[in-house]
Amino acid sequence: MTTVSTSPRPVSALSPRRSLADLLDDRRVLSFLFMAPALGILIIFLAYPLGLGVWLGFTDTRIGRAGVFIGLENYISLMGDSVFLLSVFNTIFYTTVATVLKFGLGLWLALLLNNSMPCKAFIRAIILLPYIIPTVLSAIAFWWIFDAQFSIISWALMKLGLIDRFIDFLGEPWNARWSVIAANVWRGIPFVAICLLAGLQTISPSLYEAAALDGATSWQRFRHVTVPMLMPILSIVLTFSVLFTFTDFQLIYAVTRGGPVNATHLMATLAFQRAIPGGRLGEGAAIAVAMIPFLVFATLFSYYGLQRRKWQQGSEDD
Amino acid sequence: MTDVAAVPAKPRDAQPEATDSQGMGFLVTRQKRWVTVYLPLAIFIFVLLFPFYWMAVTTFKPNDELFNFRDHNPFWVASPTLANVEKLLFHTQYPEWLFNTMVIAISATVLSIFASVLAAYAITRLRFKGAQTTGLLIFLAYLVPPSILFIPLATMVYGLDLYDTNWALILTYPTFLIPFCTWLLMGYFKSIPYELEECALIDGATRIQILWKITLPLAVPGLISAGIFAFTLSWNEFIYALAFISSSEQKTVPVGVLTQLVEGDVYHWGALMAGALFGSLPVAILYSFFVEHYVSSLTGAVKE
Repeated sequence: MTTVSTSPRPVSALSPRRSLADLLDDRRVLSFLFMAPALGILIIFLAYPLGLGVWLGFTDTRIGRAGVFIGLENYISLMGDSVFLLSVFNTIFYTTVATVLKFGLGLWLALLLNNSMPCKAFIRAIILLPYIIPTVLSAIAFWWIFDAQFSIISWALMKLGLIDRFIDFLGEPWNARWSVIAANVWRGIPFVAICLLAGLQTISPSLYEAAALDGATSWQRFRHVTVPMLMPILSIVLTFSVLFTFTDFQLIYAVTRGGPVNATHLMATLAFQRAIPGGRLGEGAAIAVAMIPFLVFATLFSYYGLQRRKWQQGSEDD
Repeated sequence: MTDVAAVPAKPRDAQPEATDSQGMGFLVTRQKRWVTVYLPLAIFIFVLLFPFYWMAVTTFKPNDELFNFRDHNPFWVASPTLANVEKLLFHTQYPEWLFNTMVIAISATVLSIFASVLAAYAITRLRFKGAQTTGLLIFLAYLVPPSILFIPLATMVYGLDLYDTNWALILTYPTFLIPFCTWLLMGYFKSIPYELEECALIDGATRIQILWKITLPLAVPGLISAGIFAFTLSWNEFIYALAFISSSEQKTVPVGVLTQLVEGDVYHWGALMAGALFGSLPVAILYSFFVEHYVSSLTGAVKE
């Protein structure tokens, strides 16, 4: 099979000048040409900036002024910077709590959707809406929902008699943290639920029937059939979710801009604030680079920690 | 991946939909089903859709209703008005932002699909030396978040004299679109039987003819999935657009709505919500036409 495509054509091997058509049919030439646009863009605008970012972290570059190498100075000063340390705490807290909630609620929603019911396709379609809509625009809606004076949540709770004055959602540090987590979870649930639903649908019903015949309760069926069968896809979705929650920027920037008093600053928003409006590109880059070790650890943990066996049995080369 | 033709290609969409059948649902009584399934599901749907309802209601509320909860029920509009929409469309640069976003999203999508089709074809079909490693590297590229890249990219954009132009975004968006699209298309190409291409090769077709006349027509569902997903991702992108664009008339919808519609301490909530609503509509409409493609690309990318 491969011989068909690789065997050099005798004519082209003999003639000193190969025609353009022959050249385009050569697998190596063609591979190179085909990979060039994608690799070109990725190397120039992804690999190079990644390296440049690490380098900038070791310099004192500012907007409009090239920096000089200052070694670890940025990182040393960040170590003593209480705002940076608070942002690290916030990022870890935000990621952990939001991920746990997203997966708990997302799994529940997936299990609900896995029941047979009328209008299932339609329900599945509208559930994904929060994930499709631009994050910033839905974040603006949450900004309005969490408004100190005109919050609809406060109004509804007052009407129900549960609280006696409006909640200052975004003005108190802990209120603000929980509010942005709620908005993030709201956006993340559909993604988790739809992905896990796809995983649930691949589990054969006969497994549940066999377990039920052996006397397993519904909790045991969930624990010993659903969970293990779902683990491969769960670990992948978890990896993505952790990665994108940890580096979240848009939601925080739209709703709180890191306030009140830096209580909701994540590492990404702090990096932006120091680098672009603040002009200290070197310091901002150092904060961004400081995310990388956490990311690598979180990715490896969620990917290998949960993945006990090779994903997708049967196609071992994937 | 190394020897695609030897492994019988797995049809992607042939997952057993068997769970749609009865399963063991008949064991649960109807009353119990209402409490354990429909009630929680209704609450989920209410919470997930409420912000959209709130956006729409606020858009059409006059200001006195907006800020007066005592005389008006906030959940409903007593006297709907188009004043907020009018303010948005004729007294801000919203139409320009909409146009910019459209141009940028379409250009970045076309560029990314072009590069991704060629790359995915080369990786899955031409199987050059190191194809598998390249495929893995492209996947890893997808895991590099924009939050890490925007500072060095900002200096590059400045250095290349692209700052404050559409090109800054058209060239940088493919950094997250190409990895995603390539990965998605690799899956689709793998599911196309290699025998078809062998027949064409024996008949004397060149590789480019095969790609153009055989593989691409068969991969149309994959192309649509990748295309609409790339379009949505570019439409929703925020951090690059915020960092690389400064003048108001060059902004995209998400950035423009957030930064230009707030004047000091005065929040024009009606216009803000109108901006959010109309900025969401294009992707929502696109989504409503291609729901199945969306779901398959979302879950497909996770499963590959």
